[in-house]
Amino acid sequence: MADPAPVLSDELLERNFADIAPPLTRDYALLEATKCLFCHDAPCTLACPTHIDVPAFIKKIATGNLRGSARVILEPNPFGHSCARACPVEVLCEGACVLNDRDEQPIKIALLQRHATDHVLAHKLKLFEPGPPTGKKVAIVGAGPAGLSCARDLRRFGHAVTVFEAKPQPGGLNTYGIAEYKLKGDVALAEAQDILDLGVELRLTITIGRDVPFDQLLADYDAVFVGVGLGRTKGLGIPGEDLPGVVDALSFIEALKTHPYRETRVGKRVVVVGAGNTAIDAVTQAKRLGAHEATIVYRRGENDMPCFRYEYELARRDGCGFRFHATPRRIIGNRAVTAIEVGTPAGAQVVPCDMVIIAIGQGVRDELQLPSNHPKVFTGGDGANGGAEIVNAAAEGVAAAARIDAMVSGR
Amino acid sequence: MADLKTDFAGIESPNPFWLASGPPTNTYGQVAKAFDAGWGGAVWKTIGEPIINVFSRYGSVDLGATRMMGFNNIELISDRPVADNLKEIAEVKRNYPKHAVIASLMVESTQAAWHEMVKRTQDTGADGIELNFGCPHGMSERGMGSAVGQVPDYTCQIVEWVKEVATIPVIVKLTPNVTDVTYIARAAVKGGADALSLINTINSIVSVDLDTFAPAPAVGGKSSHGGYCGPAVKPIALHLVSAVAGDPQVKIPISGIGGIATWRDAAEFIALGAGSLQVCTAVMHYGFRIVEDLIDGLANWMDERGHRTLAEVRGRALPHVVKWEDLDLNYHLIARIDQNTCIKCELCWTACEDGAHQAIRRLERGQPETGNGQPVVEIIEEACVGCNLCAAVCPVQGCITMERVPNDFAPVTWKEYAAGTGKLAPRSEHFHTASWERSR
Repeated sequence: MADPAPVLSDELLERNFADIAPPLTRDYALLEATKCLFCHDAPCTLACPTHIDVPAFIKKIATGNLRGSARVILEPNPFGHSCARACPVEVLCEGACVLNDRDEQPIKIALLQRHATDHVLAHKLKLFEPGPPTGKKVAIVGAGPAGLSCARDLRRFGHAVTVFEAKPQPGGLNTYGIAEYKLKGDVALAEAQDILDLGVELRLTITIGRDVPFDQLLADYDAVFVGVGLGRTKGLGIPGEDLPGVVDALSFIEALKTHPYRETRVGKRVVVVGAGNTAIDAVTQAKRLGAHEATIVYRRGENDMPCFRYEYELARRDGCGFRFHATPRRIIGNRAVTAIEVGTPAGAQVVPCDMVIIAIGQGVRDELQLPSNHPKVFTGGDGANGGAEIVNAAAEGVAAAARIDAMVSGR
Repeated sequence: MADLKTDFAGIESPNPFWLASGPPTNTYGQVAKAFDAGWGGAVWKTIGEPIINVFSRYGSVDLGATRMMGFNNIELISDRPVADNLKEIAEVKRNYPKHAVIASLMVESTQAAWHEMVKRTQDTGADGIELNFGCPHGMSERGMGSAVGQVPDYTCQIVEWVKEVATIPVIVKLTPNVTDVTYIARAAVKGGADALSLINTINSIVSVDLDTFAPAPAVGGKSSHGGYCGPAVKPIALHLVSAVAGDPQVKIPISGIGGIATWRDAAEFIALGAGSLQVCTAVMHYGFRIVEDLIDGLANWMDERGHRTLAEVRGRALPHVVKWEDLDLNYHLIARIDQNTCIKCELCWTACEDGAHQAIRRLERGQPETGNGQPVVEIIEEACVGCNLCAAVCPVQGCITMERVPNDFAPVTWKEYAAGTGKLAPRSEHFHTASWERSR
């Protein structure tokens, strides 16, 4: 890297990556829970892809039944811990809260959900049990939210489950790809472990389709659930992309999440290409690591950005810059990046920088060719839905478990 | 998993949660829906000669933004024909044989009228009868409801009439609108009651409209006193349940009623001796669905504490309810303020200074010695009488705690002390009657 930013003090790094939405105190949780109107046919519940009975779990917080509250959350959504931290609630449950219609702040559903589910982690409560063994075996590809959600319910049905994961740790993007100030790795791993504790066999660092042929799974198991994520970040396809100092967003975030903060270096001037939610995660974290300038470069306009509005606002608050209608043409540098040239309505412009983070979306995984319409093959999660939220992956995993159970049980 | 099965005076139900007699138990449809939602039993809305209701029947008391903290009504008993009610009771019982279905009755105070009503009710297959001796409004003007329940002799007499023909358990529902509920309870026992339920609603006027001067609920600019219920009445109900449950002359099961809205409320009633629980206002507010958390919360609490059955909890608090003269005068407490969680609102100081014992010292805000992280309030230990007021007003849970101050003196009650036995430990004394300036 041509000009790396100085490493910030550990104290400052801890502060910069502390939870952006800290947990509620008991007082605040009670106050907030009491505010919930307990709507019938509640819009928050309808807005949640896993249809958590939100008023029910909030009411249970108000009555002091935290165990019961957590169960209401985790029964339909095995990833209730990470969803409480990383779900885009502004466009889901909280966005649907009827209090918005009264020109009030919506109930802090995500933080209440965290309040209830943290109780489970803090007291190591076991809310679910494996079902009586059925003798059926199911293979799951991918230990992310989709795969492990499916695994949890299959274990509750009593089926044997083996999960194959390419990475050295379970949790998928929860462990490797969510902005650190939203979801910490230890929470992601604890959440995964809670599911694995139901008796799931986990086989790490095995890439199905490369290390083990997919057909082998079809031969060895009664059903296969494919819950893989998307593939590599797409390239820009412009000159200079292989220069040192050019990284893809997911590799950048993964490095940050799997090493002490100080080991992930950023340039003094960082350009992030793309304006989706991953691009925001990258630009804010580059800033929080100490970049003097961190700027989004986006080929279209402010209102075209695929990121959520509140993510945009977060990046603005973090002091990140935005260059709209700027299309990358080439990355400039000899031994390392020194600038990126962008095409703008006013002609080509050169933006000096020491680091370019590419965040223009992921491609599909190419090593895994699935048979089409195979009766034993089920899918869910990012790889199947093209990339969505944790809560979508969880909903799909849970739904697939029910279908798999029906199939292997001959129903 | 805790066993919530309930046997109340021979009436069995899958759990102790019954709907109290009232608007939610007016029809087959409601009771069937409630049983589907998980309620263990239902006491049908009081049946008697059909009445005519007024329009506008309920008055509500909000506490800040909290709606329906208290609630009252001037609604009378069922306005549906007796035959219709009995037919639906029979139908519910047929379709829900494992649930408790209890008929609440109120008729004119003659032996013949009670005999006939009890016999007709029993033909439905109902599990029990509840005698409504409690409604304080409307019906009492006609010599029924609390007009019966306020006079021990009337109570005893009617229970006797009912028991002459009753073949199923008879529960007597008591009014709290009496000087001492135990006298009425004993009269019911004397008459042969199989069980008691309490409390019925409390006489009340919930509010007055300051533009029209009509109390709520207003009927064309006028109102009448109504029966008060909801979370606000729970402390009164807890006391009356404990008074009856702790009375050695009352040894029959008690169904607890009055402000039960959460599983905690329920657990408290059970601990004070209730064998089943009746709920009305909370259902009128939030619907039958609340029973899910009543059951779940109670079972989770019992599991956590290792209580396997309701019998293991029932009455556990009663030995802890004693006369004042039996309390230990040498048990001393002091308030402790956690300066790390104190948010410096000074509510404790205000309350203690004006409303209690001037046992908190206040340091001037903004002075160098009270800068960031410095306390602005501290307990004057020699003045604190451990009254709990500061902890009660403190808006931060756990910030002010009451701590035991050990001493070398043996426990002594007022009874013992007044009789000249036992010694008082030295205690906080602080009276500023002469000059409040100086005493600061």
